[in-house]
Amino acid sequence: MSAGVVAGQAARGVAGIARFALVVAATFLGLLAITFFIGRVVPIDPVLAVVGDRATAAVYEAARERMGLDRPLLVQFFSYVGDVLTGNLGQSISTGRAVVDDLGRFFPATLEMATVGILIGVALGVPMGVTAATRQGSWADQVIRVLGLLGYSVPAFWLGLVGLAVFYAGLGWVAGPGRIDIFYEGLVEPVTGVYLIDSLMAGEWEVFRNAASHLLLPASILGFFSLAYIARMTRSFMLDQLSQEYVTTARVKGVPERRVIWRHAFYPIRIQLITVIGLSYASLLEGSVMIETVFSWPGIGRYLTVALLNADMNAVLGATLVIGSVFILINKASDVLYRILDPRARR
Amino acid sequence: MSAVRDWLLDDSPASRLQASLGRSWRSFSALMRNPLAVAGALIILALIVMAVFAPWIAPYSAIGQDLANRLAPPSALHWMGTDELGRDIFSRVVFGSRITLMIVTMVAVISAPIGLLVGAISGYFGGWTDRVLMGLTDIFLSMPKLILALAFVAALGPGIENAIIAIAITAWPVYARIARAETITFRDSEFIAAVQLQGASSARVILRHVLPLCASSTIIRVTLDMAGIILTAAGLGFLGLGAQPPLPEWGAMISSGRNFILDQWWVATMPGFAIIAVSLGFCFLGDGLRDVLDPKQRDGR
Repeated sequence: MSAGVVAGQAARGVAGIARFALVVAATFLGLLAITFFIGRVVPIDPVLAVVGDRATAAVYEAARERMGLDRPLLVQFFSYVGDVLTGNLGQSISTGRAVVDDLGRFFPATLEMATVGILIGVALGVPMGVTAATRQGSWADQVIRVLGLLGYSVPAFWLGLVGLAVFYAGLGWVAGPGRIDIFYEGLVEPVTGVYLIDSLMAGEWEVFRNAASHLLLPASILGFFSLAYIARMTRSFMLDQLSQEYVTTARVKGVPERRVIWRHAFYPIRIQLITVIGLSYASLLEGSVMIETVFSWPGIGRYLTVALLNADMNAVLGATLVIGSVFILINKASDVLYRILDPRARR
Repeated sequence: MSAVRDWLLDDSPASRLQASLGRSWRSFSALMRNPLAVAGALIILALIVMAVFAPWIAPYSAIGQDLANRLAPPSALHWMGTDELGRDIFSRVVFGSRITLMIVTMVAVISAPIGLLVGAISGYFGGWTDRVLMGLTDIFLSMPKLILALAFVAALGPGIENAIIAIAITAWPVYARIARAETITFRDSEFIAAVQLQGASSARVILRHVLPLCASSTIIRVTLDMAGIILTAAGLGFLGLGAQPPLPEWGAMISSGRNFILDQWWVATMPGFAIIAVSLGFCFLGDGLRDVLDPKQRDGR
């Protein structure tokens, strides 16, 4: 390969990265524009909320000016973007703290649940998808098909309630709502905010067991939704591969079936699967809103719904921004991974 | 009967009407050979019948209270039991079908035309129009839908109309993408050039010649999206942001049954079965429609 070709490729690579960065930046700006717009179209007058409805016109005007609402919309938007970039999301009227601090406190709980959920979804969904593809039309295939459709049609909050009734109240296999029993609360010094990790680091097995018992049911329900999606996509990718000629060639050559499936057919689809898993993980963060509400799980989702009911707009917009940003980040990161790992996408 | 069918399946139709009716008949009979699609169509038909004839089907009133009969388990008198105010749950589920049907219809009627128009304009004109409109569409596409809908409802205030608006705002970008992709495939074809040469305005070309060709793939997508729309609407109802009490909305009913889930399980579970049945119905029908109308889209969802 000549030096010119390498330089040309490098230039294209840099241009590609710049283009990609631009798209990501535009998406984030779009998210900010949407939350800003939502904050502005609130029918409740934000000034009135501060001064009360008995204030004179002069007091009202002064407050309006102090809050910066008399400036042109575009100026207000830029100062809003500046605020967000410097971590100023305003105060929450329900907790009385800065929204940024609240979000930092609640985020680890959501992260813990969604991560365990996606691990369950991948650990079960991928093998199920492969099985369904290799035994097309068998009962296993039918079961996976039905599970996939149920993943699109069962309300998460309903499944959560039914799960609580059956596995907590009925069978007593798992602990109930909440993140940990009151008895264990405060026993472990919070370091990461993820109870499973914190309790392991402190060597508190009892706390770990209790936290895991609380986590199992909500995480499994989240895991079910990602399992349904991952199994469905794995099946369709595998079917594509299994109909390729090189798979037939391998079989004709006498390669053991196990090796044909995992080495020849599964190996090439692992990159597509990363994108699917990324998308699924992002949607779990979103899906945790409902599950957290049902399980009284002190995460971002529950913070958001509590704020919604109290018309606490700063908190609502802050939580929307955080969930939206993480959602966009994961989406774009899986996009980047796909480009790096798949030689065909590099051109 | 067979004369009608022969007329419909005629290889050389004499009129435009005959040709389009014949094509619809072929799609319809192909759809009816797909058992899952038939099941889906029957479920949705049942939903519509239930919504239209609710007062005749429901044995009790949806809001009439009977406090002596609170939280009665399912029995011959009350098929799905009664709730905390002694209201018959089956009757409420039946009346709730009206709300569900209205929500999905309104969301489809609002979001599909917006998406179609944005996509067709984007694909037809290309260039900067395309870049700006698709940039906007992509930004909306990469947002989490449920969260966005929640934030919109928070700003607009709780209620069924606002829930519909919020869901529609998050639903249109997919249709814009589909309409654009379809438009690009036939933008440069001869029949479009012919209409343009006859002096048709861009608006006329888009409305009369481009949009009708995007219809079938959009219909498939809307049908497949219905399950998601129903779940989002029910979720908003569950959080107390959608339909307000005493409206018998299924999500709100589950929410009110939450406090009794451990002892009186039927209050929260019964409306859930209705949601699952209807969502599954739309999934089945959508899958079937896709197989019949657009086989190349299969598994791409």
